[in-house]
This record gives sequence, C-alpha cells and structure tokens, in this order.
Amino acid sequence: MTILETERLSIGFGGVRAVDDVSLIVEAGQVFSIIGPNGAGKTTLFNLVSGLYMPLDGRVRLAGEDVTGLAPDRLARRGLSRTFQNLQVFFRMSAVENVMVGRHRHERTGIVADLLHLPAVDRQNRRTLEAARGALARVGLCDVANQQAGTLPYGALKRLEIARALASEPKILLLDEPAAGCNPVETRELEGVIRSIVKDGVTVVLVEHDMRLVMNISDRIHVLANGRTLVEGTVAEVRSNSAVVEAYLGVHGAREAGRAVG
Amino acid sequence: MNVRALMAHRFAGLTVVSAIVIVLPFFFPSAYYYRLAGLVLIFGLAAVGLNLLMGFAGQVSLGHAGFLGIGGYSVAIGATYLAAPPWLCILGGAALSGLVAFCVGRPILRLKGHYLAVATLGFGVLVTIVLTNEATWTGGPDGMTVPRLMLFAWPVHGADAWYWIAAITFLIGGTLALNLGDSPTGRALKAIQDSEVASSMLGIDVSYQKLVIFVISAVFVSIAGSYLALFNGHITPDISGFLRSIELVTIVVLGGMGSIVGSLLGATILVVLPQTLTVLHEYEDMAFGLILMGFMILLRQGIVPSLMGWFAGRRS
Amino acid sequence: MAEFLQFLSSGLTVGSVYALVALGFTLIYNASNVINFAQGEFVMLGGMSTVFLALAGVPLPIAALIAVIVTTAIGLALYRFAIEPARDASAVSLIMITIGASIFLRGLAQVVFDKRFHSLPMIFGAEPLRIGGAAVLPQSLVVLGGATTIVLLLWAFIDRTILGKAVIATAVNRLAARLVGIDTRRIIGLSFAISAAIGAVAGVLVTPITLTSYDVGTLLAVKAFAAAMLGGIGSALGAVVGGLVLGMLEAFSAGYISSKYKDAVAFIVLLAVLLAMPRGLLGRGKIERV
Repeated sequence: MTILETERLSIGFGGVRAVDDVSLIVEAGQVFSIIGPNGAGKTTLFNLVSGLYMPLDGRVRLAGEDVTGLAPDRLARRGLSRTFQNLQVFFRMSAVENVMVGRHRHERTGIVADLLHLPAVDRQNRRTLEAARGALARVGLCDVANQQAGTLPYGALKRLEIARALASEPKILLLDEPAAGCNPVETRELEGVIRSIVKDGVTVVLVEHDMRLVMNISDRIHVLANGRTLVEGTVAEVRSNSAVVEAYLGVHGAREAGRAVG
Repeated sequence: MNVRALMAHRFAGLTVVSAIVIVLPFFFPSAYYYRLAGLVLIFGLAAVGLNLLMGFAGQVSLGHAGFLGIGGYSVAIGATYLAAPPWLCILGGAALSGLVAFCVGRPILRLKGHYLAVATLGFGVLVTIVLTNEATWTGGPDGMTVPRLMLFAWPVHGADAWYWIAAITFLIGGTLALNLGDSPTGRALKAIQDSEVASSMLGIDVSYQKLVIFVISAVFVSIAGSYLALFNGHITPDISGFLRSIELVTIVVLGGMGSIVGSLLGATILVVLPQTLTVLHEYEDMAFGLILMGFMILLRQGIVPSLMGWFAGRRS
Repeated sequence: MAEFLQFLSSGLTVGSVYALVALGFTLIYNASNVINFAQGEFVMLGGMSTVFLALAGVPLPIAALIAVIVTTAIGLALYRFAIEPARDASAVSLIMITIGASIFLRGLAQVVFDKRFHSLPMIFGAEPLRIGGAAVLPQSLVVLGGATTIVLLLWAFIDRTILGKAVIATAVNRLAARLVGIDTRRIIGLSFAISAAIGAVAGVLVTPITLTSYDVGTLLAVKAFAAAMLGGIGSALGAVVGGLVLGMLEAFSAGYISSKYKDAVAFIVLLAVLLAMPRGLLGRGKIERV
C-alpha cells in the first residue's frame, strides 16, 4: 500500500527552484532513502512533505489522502512525524519531558481538566511518562532521562529527537540526516534502531549522506540533484548508476573514481 | 518523604506562601498593613496571569494592563449604570476580557518577538484612550467612583476583609497555574517556547495553545482589575496605561518568569518599596527605571529562579 | 481649501518630528536590532534642557547647542551602560531595557527640571504667514526645513563617507563587519549618538509649537515607532515617509473626524500595519529557514 506519494512537487526561493517537479512513491513498511549532493533540495523536500513549506506546484498524498498544504500539526495527527537536520530539541526541558511532548496527540485532557488537575490528568501523566521512558529505552537514552536536554551531547540529541518522534506513534517517520556527526559505532547503533522501528510497522523515509548506512538499510533510493530527480531504484541500481556518481563527484571525479575501483 | 522530594513537589512554594498569608495578619499593627498586603495580593494575582503568558508560553505583552481596565471599569460601570451586583460585574468583566482577548489574540499572536510586544502595547494604549475619551460612561480622565462590594447582602468593607478575599483568590489562581505546569497543556506551552516548529510537528496546534493561554491570562488580570477598583473605591483610565503594563511586566520579570511564588515576590517589591521610600517619592520613576534596567541587564532570570539555581549549584 | 491646507501644514509639521524620531529609531535598529523606546526622551531632553539653560541666562543658540551635546552624550551613555552590557539578550529583553531607560530619563527630568509645560520663543516670530488661505507658523517651516536638512546630511554621511559605509556594513551583517576590521561597538555607539542628536534637534525646533514637558517622550516614541513600522522598519526613507504620512493622518482625522481620538490614530495605524502589512510601505522581508 502506498503510504506517501508526491506528485510533481515544486517550490522556489527568489527565482531558484529548490525542488523541481519531484514525484515519488513510498510503500508502507519500506525504508526509503533520499540522497543527493549538498543543496540538492532534500531537506526542502522534507519541509514540503511535512507541511512547513507550501509548494508552488504539485501534490502530496498521505495514505491516499491529499494533504498538500496542510499545517504540520494536522499532518502529525494523521500519523506523520519527523526529525530535524538542525536539531529542534526542547533544550530547556529534560530528555524525558521532551519525549513526553511527543505523546501530545495521544493525550486527551483539555484545558479545563488541566487547570483543575483532575485525577484523569494524573493518570494520563503517568501513562505518558511510562510511554516516554519506553521510547527513550529504544534509542538507548534511559540513563539521561532526567538530564536537561541542553546538556546532552550531539549524538544523544539526535537519538532524542527520534525517541520523541517515535513517542507520537507515527505511521511514517521522516528522518533528516540522523547519522550526521555520528561516529561509526553510533551509526551502527542507529542502523539497529531504524531496523527495529521498521519491524514495528513504521515506514521510514531517510535523508542521509552516510552512504554505508543508506546502502545497508534502504529498500529504495531516490537521488536528487539540483532539486530534480536524477534516478530512483534499488540499492544495486543506484550504486552502479554513473549519473549518480557524477552528480556527487563531478565528471572528473567520476572518471577518477572509475579508475580507482578498476 | 524526604525534604528534597517535598521541595520538588510543585506546590511546595505555594504551601509556604499559604502559611505566611494565614499567619501574617497577626503581625499587622494597623489596617494600613492589611491594605498594603491586599494590594500585594491583587497585583500578585495579575502578575500570575501575565506570567502564564510570559513565563509559560513565552509571549510578551506590553499592554496587559488593558485587561485591568476592562475588569475595573466593568465593575464601575456595571454597578453604577446597570445596578448590577458587583460580584456579577466581576464575572462579566472577566467574560468580556476573555472575549476581547480572544478577538485581539487571534490576529496578534501570529506576530513574534518585538512585533508582538509592540502590538500588545498598541492594544493597551488604545484601551486607555477609549476609557479616557468615552467620558459619559467612564467619567473621563478623572475617573469614576466604584460602589462597595456586596456579597449576598453583606457589605464588604475594611481592608481586612479585602485581604482575605484577595488572598483566597490569589491562592486559587496560583493553584490553577501550578496545575497547568504539570499537564499536557503546560508541556505544550514550554515546548512552543523552545521550538514552535518541532511542537507543530508533534501535533500541537500552536496558535490555539497560545490563544487559550492569552485568554486565561486576560481573565486573571481582569479579576485583579475588578478587585483593584472595588478595593480603592475609585478608578481612573491610568489603570490600563502603558506604565501600568510595564509595572506588571516588571513584577513578572523581577520575580522570575514562570515562577508563581516569584510573581508574589515581585508584587511585594513593587508595591511595598515605594511605600517605604515615601521620602524619596520624587525619585520613584528613576528608581523604577533603574530597577527594570538592572534586572534586565544583570538578573534576567528573576529572583526566584536565580535563587533556586544558586541553591542547586551549591548542593552539587 | 484653506482648511485642507491648514491641516496639511500642521500635519507636515508634526509629521516632521515623527519622521526625525523614526529616523533615529531606524538608525539604531539597523545597527543593533534594538528598538529604542528612549528615543522620545531624546526629543524631550533636547527641548527641556534648552528651556532651562535659557531660563538660567544662557543665550538661546548656545543653550540649544549645549542641550543637543548633552543629549548626545546621554544617548552614548545609554548604549555604553545599558545596551552594550546586555548585547546577548533577546530582542524583547532589549526593548524592556530601553523602556526602563526611558522611564529613568523621565524620572530624571522630573527631578532636574520640573513637571510643568514649557515653551521656547519662535525663531522668526509668532506672526503666522498666510499661504493659500491657511495660517502657517514660520516655526513650522523651520521644523520642515530643519528636518529636510538633517535627512540630507544623514544621507550624505551614509552614502558619501567611509564611516557611513561602515554603518551600513554593520547594519547588514555585524559579524562580517567585524571580520573586516570594523569596530562594531563604536559604530553602534555612533548610531545611538546620532539618533540622540537628531532627536534633540527635533525637540529644540518643535518646542515653540507643541510645548514640552517631562513626559512628552513616551507617547512620541510609540507614535514614531508606528511611523517607522508604517514606512517599513529598517528603511530610512521609509521612516521619513512614514513619519510624514502619520502626521498627516493624525491632522486630517483630527480635523475631519474627531479630535478626541487623535492619539488613537497612531496606534490603529500601528496595529493595522503589524497585522496586515508587517513589511510596511517600503520595507523588505526575510524568509526563515529551518
């Protein structure tokens, strides 16, 4: 079943088309990776899909429903979640509180109940705390649960964002460069986390630069360059595609790379 | 339960305050002290209201005294021209303030940072101008008198009665505010402060949350304004003026954003200090300006959070 | 027709003051991103200092000069002691600091001067000129002329001198300006000084018409801010245009609609601009990247 689909999506900033006529289809349960050189428009594409930007052209469909232009919080309620390349962590809250916010869309008490702190709020707080602890455990951050997020190291913050996004029980999770700044050990741990997420039935769409991670884990890869689709296919198809190598390394570099591998 | 756990409970501060509020009157040598304490509690209530907006939601309002005016004049006009019982006017004023906050808040809360600050400033001043100009209803720049509060045929007079009314209302308001902190709404507001984008992405309707808290804070301030009018027996348009709004903000900043106890502390300083320095009455504005500047430059967090941080630092 | 010209002339006169104060706002905002609420106090200090120096026997031109110099020094002090130490603070904190400064300066004026209204003699006499049926005070022309001169001088400074270029550079990108060796602290300090001077001059010129007292600053600051927003915050030309337009809107609405709500015009304009066209008439916008 198609869970996410974009159709000829485009947006421009001051005359430059950051994303130009991009169409892709993500099947449920897949790991779908979007790669491309810097400035190819990958994060912009994410921003379009997650409702932060309004497209100039094209449509976005979530589980068959046209959601083009819907605000992020309404997309979240339809089961879409994401992490951010530039870390939008709630730095002043503790790690577990961060993840508790992720449970917001499952919390049912309104403003009046909250003001009066009815017993339902207490029970809900306890459930939310437990769920949050569970999400932290999945990314291996149990022991820093009560630490202020602002004091955590970069790698931990990336995992915190994933835990927070997971806490909202999404159907589809967009990860924006989760391995950025991670060392090989952390990247391998991340791979494990992603695999366990997928095993739970969550579709993962990944923007990444770490090619080993991408090649190891992806079911399909979509290559962007200069805002346009270059190629889409399986790992093997993309890896051997000369156009992709060229996009990353330039023509000269591609030639050199060809010589290196022999 | 050990001391640490007790101190960490969200009602720790307010419980201490309640104890002080109950015991304090035994030390009052005259009605004047009841009056002073009553004023502190009324301004404390207003500050808690503003704190909900500034400390919890991180939105600044330089015009919140406008709601003091709406609440205050609701009582004055309602009792004088509509022969409505003052307690009904208090509720009516709160409802009116809520409505105004809803209508004004919708467009205004889309603004950020200093644009929001100035827009709220504009709102506050416009309220003052209307109150000054519509003299047939409001008595113009000289204001109008406010009839006494009648609670079920019992005339409320005497600073001591007001002290208890203000105290109970403050404690109720403080409790509601503290409750909010430990709830989904409170977490959502804190999250919005740190990252609106991420909050939105987790399903939080940012505009709605901001609007709700804006309306609630307006209601708090409106009730304080009604109390102020009834307490003083008189009201003038200055009650919603720019300087008043700045006083409210200063109280919140002094005490510490997000700290309920801090709001009371700030109110104490700002109400009591001018009284003790009557000798230096002329220098009031200068002192106020210096205090505001000093805190914003050196102790931006406010007294209570700074103290708490200092204690936490010492223990570790 | 005469009525129209009357309103036009008074609108332009008060608009010139708004324009100058708004220009001061813009200068400081561009250099340091601070919205300086004490801007109105500079006008007040210029007028009040001149009055009291003159009362003390100092010849009027010298009194005015000293007043402008003193106010400029106060502007520098404001930057050095209140703004610079808090340079990492949020935009709102900085506004609060300038509000505190404005209250402090008001308080200072109360104590050093007094709480009454004061005036200054008009430069060319109090006999109004008849222009097209309207009675125009010569002082109005002085104010207009003075404002125009200041704007031209400022433009020449920014456009034609190295120091002026440094101000622009600091406004556009402070870090980059520092990297090429511009002492941004001096530049920001300079912008405060110039703004204070402009405000003081405006105060001296307009006091004969509008009178002055210790608390004229606050309302003036907010109205001038409305003017700056109307013209487009960050645009010097916008500040001038906004100031003149606001002055005329006030005069015409007071004349043709109701004079009671004259002061409300600025705030209604402010709210309208903020909500409907935050970029103002001539401003430029920015996109936030995530």
